[in-house]
Amino acid sequence: MTRFCKTMPLLSLRNLSVTFDTASGPFKAVDGVDITVEPGEVLGIVGESGSGKSVAMLGLMGLLPPSATVTADEIAFEGRDMRKMSGRERRKIIGNEIAMIFQEPMSSLNPCFTVGYQIKEALKAHTDLDRKGRQTRAIELMNAVGIPEPERRLSAFPHQMSGGMSQRVMIAMATACRPKLLIADEPTTALDVTIQAQILDLLLDLQKERGMAMILITHDMGVIAETAERVVVQYAGQQVERQPVSTLFDQPHHPYTSALLAAIPERSTGARLPTIPGVVPGQGDRPDGCLFNPRCPRADDKCRTVVPPRQPASLGEALCHYPLNHPASASAA
Amino acid sequence: MDASTPTPAHVPTDAKAIVTATGVSQVYEVRRGLFAKPLGLKAVKDASFVVTEGETLAIVGESGCGKSTLARMLTMIETPSDGALTIDGVTITGENAGDVGKLRSTVQIVFQNPYGALNPRQKVGSIIEEPLKINTRLSASERRKKAEAALAEVGLRPEHYGRYPHMFSGGQRQRIAIARAIILEPKILVLDEPVSALDVSIQAQILNLLADLQERLGLTYIFISHDLSVVKHVADRVMVMYLGRPVEIAPVDALYATPLHPYTRALLSATPATDPASKGQRIRLTGELPSPISPPPGCSFNPRCPYANERCRTERPELTQHGATRVACFAVEEGRIEMTA
Repeated sequence: MTRFCKTMPLLSLRNLSVTFDTASGPFKAVDGVDITVEPGEVLGIVGESGSGKSVAMLGLMGLLPPSATVTADEIAFEGRDMRKMSGRERRKIIGNEIAMIFQEPMSSLNPCFTVGYQIKEALKAHTDLDRKGRQTRAIELMNAVGIPEPERRLSAFPHQMSGGMSQRVMIAMATACRPKLLIADEPTTALDVTIQAQILDLLLDLQKERGMAMILITHDMGVIAETAERVVVQYAGQQVERQPVSTLFDQPHHPYTSALLAAIPERSTGARLPTIPGVVPGQGDRPDGCLFNPRCPRADDKCRTVVPPRQPASLGEALCHYPLNHPASASAA
Repeated sequence: MDASTPTPAHVPTDAKAIVTATGVSQVYEVRRGLFAKPLGLKAVKDASFVVTEGETLAIVGESGCGKSTLARMLTMIETPSDGALTIDGVTITGENAGDVGKLRSTVQIVFQNPYGALNPRQKVGSIIEEPLKINTRLSASERRKKAEAALAEVGLRPEHYGRYPHMFSGGQRQRIAIARAIILEPKILVLDEPVSALDVSIQAQILNLLADLQERLGLTYIFISHDLSVVKHVADRVMVMYLGRPVEIAPVDALYATPLHPYTRALLSATPATDPASKGQRIRLTGELPSPISPPPGCSFNPRCPYANERCRTERPELTQHGATRVACFAVEEGRIEMTA
């Protein structure tokens, strides 16, 4: 694999923040997020609604409304600094080398145009294929994502397709220019489990076949367990934990990750599920110190006043004063 | 039509059946144009099952399998187009239909989307009191007392009485919807995907609340969900539906330990496990749900089934007893599927 000998990551974000101007003052939806993606790897970002997991990626793609301000110490794609780029240069990367698919396939497609037109539109913008070439490529793409009868389906409108088929079309569009990085924002949330399994398999097949890196944003720990190699856990706009997937589920270091895993019905044993009291803090009730302290069973005065430090990698880079599962005690247990 | 009343093996014989459905069907007419003959969309076809008092029956299936239509029939929002449905001793279909009006306070429903289920112009208090206004003759102060008791029951505070739904989070709204559902002291609660719009941590709170209420009030739950891990946690028995028909009815332990129907197996293996070590072999289902307007002949699962043979393509399997499980599959019947635990 190339990823071990290469030093330069595919994508590197440092201290990325997104602030929205709202009627009641600025609201920091993403707070100092660091993300590095190596070529060909699958990074999972998991978090509940309001954790800022989608907003960070939309900020990278430049898809946020004007009321949002994106700041970062570094946004680099293959070593190229995207902050200093002109809009024209950015657009050469976005949609071409970085592509994104969204949660709701039905509303991501334009209902007024055939799916063929919409796939070819991406090809027209980013490649110099002629009309015939685009048609052939579109059929290839439809085949690659497993849509039967691609020639006929190209002239279908989005409303004539099921949710799973629409998501396949979205994937065909996103992978039209063979992107190096695919950002999948809750790609299977709106779909049934059997279709979800099909789409996840398809994404992983494409990722392996083409050596494409993938950022998978989801709230579903099961999806993370099945697909991701490294996982970032986000809470209220902050990354509270970063770990390889193999250890995250057995040894969560942040109390939030631990509580989140315990709340999954599948993992619980008793009659009642362990819950996390309270809700994710919003704009008005952001606590001092650690953002998780009002819901954390282990919080003390230090947690309520002092912003927690980033722990070393052996402790899952947890953003916590008192991380769980110390490597020494874990091996003893 | 199979008219024999199914009796689940694990339920003690003294437990009373509170809902009995025999061959219940619901057909919607789909108009295709001014002169074309309308088509019959068979949303639910020949559903026969029993719900015993105090248990939780989960109804599982993908979108379009008829689980929500079944919920609408059980709550008498719609009457079945065919078959017999008896709830709490009252038959609600046919000529000898009983007093359906009285039954409405026996069965209540909680919907999936707590954002759409509450009127944004009504205060929480009047949302919760509305069933009382319609079904009882209590005075305003009595209603208020009951509403506040219901709020306390679902873990909300009395001061929430005068607030509007938009001031609440999704989890709290679902609590309001539950308060409205229990205020008439129903015996049966139909829960139509009550937690699928909620985050995991909030989902756990609501599931615990539902479990508490069931214990305290002795409710019978019909729990509709597509999430098999939630179902495993809450259900006593599970009914798996495919294209409008029940294909497997089993006690929850049996279903998860030894699923019999090929569709149940595929559904279980498609559900992502929250354990990175168990990655790997799943049963891949090819294709999608066929249209309920023109279901395939024979077993409706045959186009996607790895075990389908000629008989499956022509004949329709009926639910038959296999241990504690009732399953509609020829492959199981003929022993063509190797049983692996």
